[in-house]
Amino acid sequence: MSDSNLFEQQAANRRRSAILVIVFLLFFAWIGFGGDLIFYLQTTSASSDGGTGYRHVLPFFGIAATLVAAGMAWYSWRKGPKEILWATGAWELVEPASPEEKTYVNVVEEMAIASGLPRPTVWIVPDKDPNAFATGTDEKSAHVAVTEGLLTTLSRDELQAVVAHEMAHIRNHDVKLMTLLAALVGVLALIADGTWRVLWFGGGGRRGRGGGGKKGGGAPLVAILLVLWVISIILAPVVSRLLALAVSRKREFLADATAAQFTRNPAALASALRTIEDASAPTKSVKRGTAHLCIADPMGRRLTHKQGVVANLFGTHPPMGVRIARLRAMAYAHEKTGTIPEEI
Amino acid sequence: MFGSIFFLVVVVVIIGWVISAYNKLIALKGDTENAWKQIDVQLKRRHDLIPNLVESVKGAMEFEKETLEAVIEARNQAVNIQAGALPTGGVQQLAAAEAALSSALSRLNVVVERYPELKATTNVGQLQEELTSTENRVSFARQLYNDTATTYNVKQQQFPWNMVAGMAKAAKVELWEITDETEREVPKVDLSMKSKQ
Repeated sequence: MSDSNLFEQQAANRRRSAILVIVFLLFFAWIGFGGDLIFYLQTTSASSDGGTGYRHVLPFFGIAATLVAAGMAWYSWRKGPKEILWATGAWELVEPASPEEKTYVNVVEEMAIASGLPRPTVWIVPDKDPNAFATGTDEKSAHVAVTEGLLTTLSRDELQAVVAHEMAHIRNHDVKLMTLLAALVGVLALIADGTWRVLWFGGGGRRGRGGGGKKGGGAPLVAILLVLWVISIILAPVVSRLLALAVSRKREFLADATAAQFTRNPAALASALRTIEDASAPTKSVKRGTAHLCIADPMGRRLTHKQGVVANLFGTHPPMGVRIARLRAMAYAHEKTGTIPEEI
Repeated sequence: MFGSIFFLVVVVVIIGWVISAYNKLIALKGDTENAWKQIDVQLKRRHDLIPNLVESVKGAMEFEKETLEAVIEARNQAVNIQAGALPTGGVQQLAAAEAALSSALSRLNVVVERYPELKATTNVGQLQEELTSTENRVSFARQLYNDTATTYNVKQQQFPWNMVAGMAKAAKVELWEITDETEREVPKVDLSMKSKQ
């Protein structure tokens, strides 16, 4: 990738990270202030009937929700990588003990030189299924993690190719955006789950209270707002997950191409992907929220070997066959011309 | 009045450009030196590993003396050349010496392959992994160096940058490449201890 391309890519990722955080904050503001508005309309119409009940004037919910969201976004920004590593049960490899671990550390050093980045910290996920991911806030504090299964099943060149792919995510500044997405998507999923539970169990009480407000003039407005409000809470996790998937699929191709630039050996990445694909057991230690960080979809490979609408919409990764074919084409071009094409 | 303001603006623009061009060239020079240091570090690492490897295989390879001696000699020569090599001179000599060392090492590796019991001792296996990694690091550092050095070379010769080049003490640097055709023929060394599964 030429420098200007790289800077564009990095700038685009910074922009997307900022937009993501803003949308996240706006969403929470809407949930909070929207709730306030509904409550306000209800209480004013109730008290205009002559009652002396509580009037919800100060938007407590909105202020609280926005503050909480800002806190969570800040926390995800700063601590997201550690949380993700912790969630997968990864441990940091400081003193390599076995030959495989030594090779792994060496390969990371090599790729740090090839990419011109500082050496990331090196982690191992205790899982027999071959997979790998990268996380971090920027180039200087980045982490690369691979599973035990990856270390035992791949050859040295293949391991190098996989690490190169992860370093490519770090260099293209994908890691921050993807880590943020993982953290914020996780938060939204939690909130939606909680809302479902409230609607399920607390629905009766709320309906009783809402009945009083319906007599007032603001009722249709309140009803519409309430419906919008509930729908947006329920749909948020689905939409945000689709967003996460769309964002990650695109950058897998780019990271494959960048990895080939680092190693000058696209064939090794192709064969590594083939090996990973063939080990079809799901990576159990990687949860759904962090799936888009991994080199191959950890949820089993039901989708990644198919092509089509469903795979396009719900797969965290582009179909493996397409990735491998692109890398093979690159390897062929490399053999014929001696240069690695930037993208195919 | 208008003329003098115009003149002043032109002067300010030119001075601004000269300053930024000068800084850019200095930055590129720094990048090149930095990339060179990377190579230097990795070569030193390589040179330090070789005596260890020779030491650990020596006992089992009494009758392969020449191979070992060739490695040691190539290594010592490379060390000597490295001491005097700078981006502005001696890069290609060093590249040739390192290529000679690589080929001596690959011959040694062929011999080591003939002694399975030697390869089985973890020490030799570890050293081979370290050497493989070092070879890779040298070649990646070389890519980086050649890329930065090319950018630096091209920039300082382009018009109008070349007018600032003298001020920034920019001089053409050598690329890490092997000019001798026979050296180019050196087969790729594969010291990896893990067979492809």
